[in-house]
Amino acid sequence: MSNSANVTNKPSLIKKLIKNRVGASVLVYLGVVVLLSIFAGLVTKIDPNQADIMNVLANPGGKHFLGTDSAGRDVFARLLFGSRTTIIAAALVSITAILVGVPAGLVAGYYGGKFDLVASWIANMFMSLPVLIVLLAARATLGPSIFYSMTIFGLLIAPAFFRLTRTAVMSVRNELYLDAARVSGLSDIRIISRHILTVVRAPIIIQTAMVSGVAISLQSGLEFLGLGDADSVSWGVMLNEGFRNIFVNPLLILWPALAISFTIGAFALLGNALRDALEDLNKPTLGSSDEEEVKNLYATSLPAKPTSQHLLEVQQIAIGYPNGASGIKHVVNDVSFHVDQGEVLGIVGESGSGKTQTAFSILGLLPSNAQITGGAIYLNGEELVTSVNGETNRADMSALRGKKIAYIPQEPMSNLDPNFKIGYQLVRPMVKVLGITKDEATKKALSLLEIVGINNPQRVFDSYPHQVSGGMAQRVLIAGAVSCDPELLIADEPTTALDVTVQAEVLDLLRDLQNKFGMGMILVTHNFGVVADLCDRVLVMQNGNMIESGPVRQILGSPREDSTKTLLSSMLEGKTPMTFLTKTGA
Amino acid sequence: MISFIVKRVISGLGLLVVISTLAYLLVFSSSANIALNILGQDATDDQILAKQKELGLDLPLLERYWNWATHAVKGDFGSSWFNSETVVSALLHRLPITLTIVAFAMTFAAILAVLLGTLAAIKGGWIDKTVQVMAIAGFAIPGFLLAIILVTFLAIKVKLLPATGWVNFTEDPANWAKSLVLPVVSLVLATVASAAQQIRSAIKSVMERDFVKTLTSRGIPRREIIFKHILRAATPAGLTVLSLQFVGMLGGSVIIEKIFALPGMGELAVNATTQGDTPVVMGVVVYTVIIVIIVNLVVDLLNGWINPKVRIS
Repeated sequence: MSNSANVTNKPSLIKKLIKNRVGASVLVYLGVVVLLSIFAGLVTKIDPNQADIMNVLANPGGKHFLGTDSAGRDVFARLLFGSRTTIIAAALVSITAILVGVPAGLVAGYYGGKFDLVASWIANMFMSLPVLIVLLAARATLGPSIFYSMTIFGLLIAPAFFRLTRTAVMSVRNELYLDAARVSGLSDIRIISRHILTVVRAPIIIQTAMVSGVAISLQSGLEFLGLGDADSVSWGVMLNEGFRNIFVNPLLILWPALAISFTIGAFALLGNALRDALEDLNKPTLGSSDEEEVKNLYATSLPAKPTSQHLLEVQQIAIGYPNGASGIKHVVNDVSFHVDQGEVLGIVGESGSGKTQTAFSILGLLPSNAQITGGAIYLNGEELVTSVNGETNRADMSALRGKKIAYIPQEPMSNLDPNFKIGYQLVRPMVKVLGITKDEATKKALSLLEIVGINNPQRVFDSYPHQVSGGMAQRVLIAGAVSCDPELLIADEPTTALDVTVQAEVLDLLRDLQNKFGMGMILVTHNFGVVADLCDRVLVMQNGNMIESGPVRQILGSPREDSTKTLLSSMLEGKTPMTFLTKTGA
Repeated sequence: MISFIVKRVISGLGLLVVISTLAYLLVFSSSANIALNILGQDATDDQILAKQKELGLDLPLLERYWNWATHAVKGDFGSSWFNSETVVSALLHRLPITLTIVAFAMTFAAILAVLLGTLAAIKGGWIDKTVQVMAIAGFAIPGFLLAIILVTFLAIKVKLLPATGWVNFTEDPANWAKSLVLPVVSLVLATVASAAQQIRSAIKSVMERDFVKTLTSRGIPRREIIFKHILRAATPAGLTVLSLQFVGMLGGSVIIEKIFALPGMGELAVNATTQGDTPVVMGVVVYTVIIVIIVNLVVDLLNGWINPKVRIS
């Protein structure tokens, strides 16, 4: 997300995981299993292999807590000692598979080329091998040890990690404007670690939980079939033994079956809890989140309804995200402003200042877990959003989107659906929103493409997004935004992802269109140069708060607030050296 | 697109050659053990040498491989060392049984997984929670454990369905269907869980992509965005999930066939490997690899056809 926060002290993943009730209990369960497997000899004094012919198939109770099996061996002791095999199997498979699959997938997905070709080939080959036959062949030459069979299985299942990582990396590669990232001088390692590893991390963790489960399942399955080491103590061997005596004593199969299911289930739940914790960590938060006190207060009263008629009026809006049990963490606090017809308002601030969140609240495009906790938004005097005492009312935005309020995004390439032609993506909204025919919409789309400065409108109209350049795609998105004659245009850093040469052209275009159609416009940016160029008034935001607002000349010429001066000095071009932002009000 | 198809087909064929070569070298690397397995532990060295000569194991490995490969290309995989049946005829008797079970199981599993995964992703709420819980429960109980439970209750206790065995469709369609139920249900239940969850994640990740936000801002109704744009963009990931599940199911059917005593390819493979019936093992490997390569090829081509970048280049 464009507003992803610049968080310095993230709470650790483990902390988050322990806070989650399921995560904590699953960790405790797996911890107990590991401890019991290590200290099995201390928990029971009975040798799991000691057969007692005089006391076979004994019922639970007495000396034998869970009874004995058909050879008179103690079931409880075998269950305890058997967990060792299970833990080792899961660990061996996961570690082997991750160590082989993930690095190969990262390199293959990111660099492509010959390595990708060869690695994909090998992965396909491994996936095509019938696992069981390979394991049987290995058993014949290497013996029934689980060390060999599970390491080999780890290799065979490594393509699951390889494919997952590779697909994720490739989709990110195509999705993000990574060329722009490279142009701006980011090294490959930095791009992989910052942009790509964060995307593949969650799937890998879920996959690890899955693979651990599959490993336990396969290992006990092999032993159940009598293909493992028959002399070893393990849950699978117990299953085999129990299945043969299922008519005599079904309990014999119950205990290992429960142990296997609980342990596999624990891995699955652990994966889920980890994923939730990760998603929690990635939510947008304020830069100063750790020090800022968590607010759980909803606005208790509604601001007075505006009397003067502005095109857009935002009053004391507050936006927050649920923050575990402790309440709501606010990313926007008490922000008010208005936009008149034909006026351009700039919202400036560093990343994480809440400027994009504010813009999305007007569009009704906040993430589903975001909450508007206070304030109101009016469009032409009509309520879009009101929020009092935690009750938020939103007008039906679908009637307004496109028609009254339109949006120009930041990343041109990722904001066009790669599966549909550009023409379709322009025509369809016009047919839906304006209720015109497809032919009329096509005509209008072609003329719009010409207006936004595209030389060969028909060619672009018939192209897929991947066939046009980033600058061209941004022009297409601008054409799409103005296609339904909106009264208010919200542009979120519309030039940030573009080449410097294209930036100026797109800004000129925005100015022309705004004049031509007389729209009100909100320009979200971190660039004071853009503000000076285009805007009538400006609103400065920092840490979710409104710092200052007023006519552009006044704010740029004689800022009242220190923080605005700091922002200006750190952002204005040509001023060296750049200084770091200092915190204010703390 | 045509060059894409040609490339994929060639790559598939190459894969087949490499795997069968590696498998051959792996399986035949210890020819002394093979003769010993056939003759039993009491065999004398002379008997072993004679047997090796009879089976052609005295020739150099590469020469033997060449002989096998030139015959295999013509569809001749030799005969079993333990009975006179040719490998091809053994496979052709067993393969339909395995494929029938896997095809039914895969069809049901795919439909259920796509429905559940999609509903969970777009509806959220209790449906999502239910799918999550089901996924975990289904995942926690391995397919073969489920099969044991099903056999115990539905076949042995209630006698509703046959516990083991196979009936040919041509002989008795009703009992054929009955003999299919438990193995198919076991495979489906074991597969649906993880497939639905992965499809859910695939759709969820598409829902978070930027273009969904932009389409929403343009005034396109949510229903249209979901069915036209999101599901389409999630299709390649979904197909990949299903193809992986299919390969997993081919492996899973080995254990399932053993539990339900079905004379399928899995059972043939286990018996041949433990016996050391190498020609049969090689036949099984090659046939399985061909099936997997075809499935992967189809998925690749579908994904290429869906993706305009591949389709129009």
